[in-house]
Amino acid sequence: MELDPVLLSRLQFAFVISFHIIFPAFTIGLAAWLTTLEGVRLLTGNHLYRRIFDFWLKIFALSFGMGVVSGIVMAFQFGTNWSVLAERTGSIQGPLLGYEAFTAFLLEATFFGVVLLGRDSVPAWFYFLSCCMVSLGTMLSSFWILANNSWMQVPLGHIIVDGRIVPGDWWAIITGPIMRIRWPHMLLAAFLTTGMCVAATGAWYLLRGKDVQEAGAMLRWGLGFVAVVIPVQMVFGHLTGIYVLNYQPAKFAAIEARWKTQQPASEVLIAIPDPRHERNLFALEIPRLGSFIASGNWDAREGGLDAFPPEDRPPVIIPFFAFRVMVGMGLIMVAVSWFGAFLRWRGTLESTRWFLWATFLSFPSGFIAVLAGWFTAEVGRQPWVVYGLLRTKDAVTPSLKTGDVLLSLACYVVVYSIIYAFGLYYIYRLLRDGPAQDVSDRTKMTPARPLAVAVQATKEAPQ
Amino acid sequence: MSAVEPSELALFWVAVIGVAILAYVILDGFDLGVGILFGATNDARLRSEMIASISPFWDGNETWLIVVGASLFAAFPVVYAVFLAAFYIPVLLLLLALIFRGIAFEFRARAARGLWDRGFVLGSVVAAFVQGAAVGAMIRGIPVVNGQYSGGTFDWVAALSIVCGIGLVLGYALLGAGWLVLKSEDAQLRDWARDRIPLLATAVVGILVVATVTAFVDRARMTGSLFMHRPWGFVFPLIGLIAIVGIFVGARRRLDSWPFAMTVVLFVAAFLSLATMFWPYMIPYSVTVASAAAPQASLSFLFWGAGLFVLPVIGLYTFVVYWMFRGRQRAGYAATSGPASAAKGERKV
Ligand code: HDD
Ligand code: HEM
Ligand code: HEM
Repeated sequence: MELDPVLLSRLQFAFVISFHIIFPAFTIGLAAWLTTLEGVRLLTGNHLYRRIFDFWLKIFALSFGMGVVSGIVMAFQFGTNWSVLAERTGSIQGPLLGYEAFTAFLLEATFFGVVLLGRDSVPAWFYFLSCCMVSLGTMLSSFWILANNSWMQVPLGHIIVDGRIVPGDWWAIITGPIMRIRWPHMLLAAFLTTGMCVAATGAWYLLRGKDVQEAGAMLRWGLGFVAVVIPVQMVFGHLTGIYVLNYQPAKFAAIEARWKTQQPASEVLIAIPDPRHERNLFALEIPRLGSFIASGNWDAREGGLDAFPPEDRPPVIIPFFAFRVMVGMGLIMVAVSWFGAFLRWRGTLESTRWFLWATFLSFPSGFIAVLAGWFTAEVGRQPWVVYGLLRTKDAVTPSLKTGDVLLSLACYVVVYSIIYAFGLYYIYRLLRDGPAQDVSDRTKMTPARPLAVAVQATKEAPQ
Repeated sequence: MSAVEPSELALFWVAVIGVAILAYVILDGFDLGVGILFGATNDARLRSEMIASISPFWDGNETWLIVVGASLFAAFPVVYAVFLAAFYIPVLLLLLALIFRGIAFEFRARAARGLWDRGFVLGSVVAAFVQGAAVGAMIRGIPVVNGQYSGGTFDWVAALSIVCGIGLVLGYALLGAGWLVLKSEDAQLRDWARDRIPLLATAVVGILVVATVTAFVDRARMTGSLFMHRPWGFVFPLIGLIAIVGIFVGARRRLDSWPFAMTVVLFVAAFLSLATMFWPYMIPYSVTVASAAAPQASLSFLFWGAGLFVLPVIGLYTFVVYWMFRGRQRAGYAATSGPASAAKGERKV
C-alpha cells in the first residue's frame, strides 16, 4: 500500500475516533451512575452517596472535557477529509448529526455547567434534574450517532437523484432494523464499561484498605449491575451477529475467517488467518457448528469470501481478531460478575483478596471490548464507506494532497499523545487518592479562605 | 450555478445558521477574548478570576460551533464540504487550538499549570486568528468545481486574511474585556480590564479601516461594487461606528454594561455588513444559497423537529442557565471546576 490521501485519511479517522470513543463509552455510563447516586441520596438522605458522587463527579469532569474536545474534531472530519462523502450523503447524514448537536450536545453542555459548578446555587430538585438532563444528553447523542452509522452500514430509505443520495423515508433511515439492535448494544456497552470501572475502583481501595465504606458500595453496585446486564448484552450481540449475516455476508465471512464456501461449514474458534494464501494457520475448528450458528441447521451451505468479487472483500485479520477479543471481554465480565455474586451470597466478597485483584485487573475490559467491537464493524464494512453505495476510496476530499494529511495526522498524534498522557495521569491520581482525599481538600480550603463556603452559602441562599 | 430563488425552508435555515454563527461569535468570542487577555497578565489572582468568569459557560458556548457545522452539513452539504476542504489547515489549527483551550480548564488546577496556562492563551489566540483569516479568505472568494473545492491548500494565505485574523484576535479581546467589566466581582480585575478597552477599541477600528480598504481593492478587482448595488447595506457599518463610540463612552464613564453590549452591537453590525455583501452567495462567488440547499425532504425533516420544537427549547434552557449564574461572578464558582480542584486553586492564592 502506498501513502495516499485515502489511506492516510482512514488512518487519521480511525485514530481520532478511537481516542474519542473511549471517553463517550465512559461518560455515558458515568452520567447515568451519577444520576443514580444523586437520586438514591435524595431518597435515602445517606451522606455516603454524596461522597461517592463528589468523587466520581471529578472523574466525570475530566473525562467529559476530553470527550468534548476530541468530539469537536470528529464533527469536522467528514468535511475536511471526506468531502465527497459529505456532499453526496450530506442530506441524510447531515440532519442526523444535526439532530445530535441540537438535541444532545446543547443539552449536555448547558446542564453540565450546573452539575459541575451549581451544587450550591440551584435548588436540590433542579440539581437532580440537571443530572438527568446530562445523562439524557449522552444517551441521545449515542442514539443519533448510531442511527447515522447504522445507515452507513446498511443504507435504507434513500433515493438517488443526480448521483446524490437523498432521503426518501426518514422513518426507515432512523429506525432501521439494525439501529434497533445496535443502539442497545452500544448503550449497554457503555454501561458495562463504567460498571467494570466502578467495581474495579472499589476493589482497588479494598485491597489497600482505604475508604472501606465507599469502596464496598462501589464494588457491590458495580458487580451487581454487570452481573445483571451482561447476559442482556450477549443477547443483543447475538442479534447483531444475525444482522451482519443477513445484510453484510462478506463481513460475516471475514469475522468467521471462512475463505471458501463450505457445506457443511465448520466454526473457526481461533486461528491465524493467512490472507495471502487464503487459508487459516493453526486453526482450531468445530465441524458443522458454523452451519448451525448461521442457519440453525447442521448441514447448511455457508458462503465464504470466495463468493464475493475480490474488490468487494473486506480485510480478514482485523475483524477476525477484534470480534474474538470483544467476545472474550464479554466472557471475562460474566466470570467476574457472577463469581462476585456467588461470593457476596457467601458473605466473603470483600475479603477474598485474589478475587479483588481479579476485579481490579479487569477494569479495562469494557474499553477493550468497545474498541474491538467498533473495529469489527468498521473494518468489516470495507471497502465501502456507505455499504453498497459509495466506496471508501471514492469518498475522500479531491483537493487533499498526501502532505496535507500527513501533516494533520502527525499533529493529531502529537497533540493527542500529550493531552492523553496528562489526562490519564490526572484521572489516575484522582482514582488513587479516592473519596477521602476530597474531604481533606475541603479542610485545606478553609484556612486559606475561611469564609469561602459560608460566604457562598449566604450569598446564594436568597435566590 | 442556477439563478433559482431559494425556497422558504432554505431561507429559514440560512437564518438559523446566521443566528447560530452570531451566537457562536459572541458567546465563544467573549471566552476566547478572556483567554487572549489572560496572556496579558502574570498575576495569579487575576488569572484565577478570569478563568472563573467563564468556566460555567465555555463548553456551552463552544457547542454553538458544532451547531453551525452540523446545520451546514445538514442543510447545505455542498457548503460544508467545500468550506472544510478549502480551509483544511486553518480548521486543523482551530481544532488543535480548541483542544488545548478546553483541556486547560480542567488540567491547570491539577499540575503543570504553566504549561496549560500557556496552552490556554495560545489556543485562544490561534482559534481567534484562524476564524478571522477564514473570513478574509471568504471575502476574496473560493473556487469550486462540481461541488468540490478546486483550489490549493494555502490559497487562504493572503494579506487580507492576515489582517482579518489579527482584527478578530483584537475584537475578541475587546469582547472579553467587556465581559470582565460586566461580570467580575473583583474591582481590581474590572479596572484592569476597563483600562485596556480604549486601546483595544482603537486598534480594532484601525484594523477595520485597513480591512475595509483592502476588501474594496480586492473586490473591485473581482466584481465591482462593494455592496452589490445594495446601498442600504451601508446602514450596518454606520451602526458599527455608533457602537464604537458607545464603547469609548462606556469605558470612560464607567457604565459597566456598555462596553460589552456595544461590542456585541459592533459584531452584529459587522456580520450583517458581510452578509449583505455576500448575498445570495454562501460561498463567495461560486455557490448560492439556492444551489447549495439540501433537498426539501431534509430541510423539512429538520424544520419540523429541530426548527419548530428543539430550537425554542434550547433558547429557553440556555436562558435559564445563564439566569442561574446571573449577576456578578461569585466566589462560589471561583478558580476552576470540581470541588477539590477549586480548593487547590484557592490555596495557591
Ligand atoms: C455511542 C456514543 C458515541 C459515538 C459512537 C460517538 N460519540 Fe461523540 N460524543 C458522545 C457519544 C458518542 C457523548 C457521550 O455524547 C460525548 C462524550 C463527552 C461529551 O461531551 O459528549 C461526545 C462528544 C462529542 C462531541 C462534542 C460535543 C459537546 O461539545 O458536548 C462531538 C462534536 C462529537 N462527539 C461528534 C462525534 C462524531 C462525529 C462521531 C463519529 C463519527 C462520534 N462523536 C462518535
Ligand atoms: C466510535 C467508535 C468508532 C470507532 C472506534 C471506529 C473505528 C473506525 C476505524 C478503525 C475505521 C477505519 C476502517 C478502515 O479504514 O479500515 C473507521 C472508518 C470510518 N468510520 Fe468508524 N468507527 C467508529 C464510529 C463511527 C461512527 C459513529 C461513524 C459515523 C458517524 C463512523 C464513520 C466512519 C467513516 C466515515 C470512516 C472512514 C471511511 C472508512 O474507512 O470507511 N465511524 N472507523
Ligand atoms: C459476547 C457476546 C457478544 C457478541 C456475540 C457480540 C457481537 C457483535 C457483533 C457481531 C458486532 C459487529 C456489528 C457490526 O458489524 O455492525 C458487535 C459490535 C460491537 N460490540 Fe459486541 N458482541 C458481544 C459482546 C460485547 C460486549 C461485552 C461489548 C462491550 C462491553 C460489546 C461492544 C460492542 C461495540 C461497542 C460494537 C460496535 C458497535 C456496533 O457495531 O454495534 N460487545 N458486537
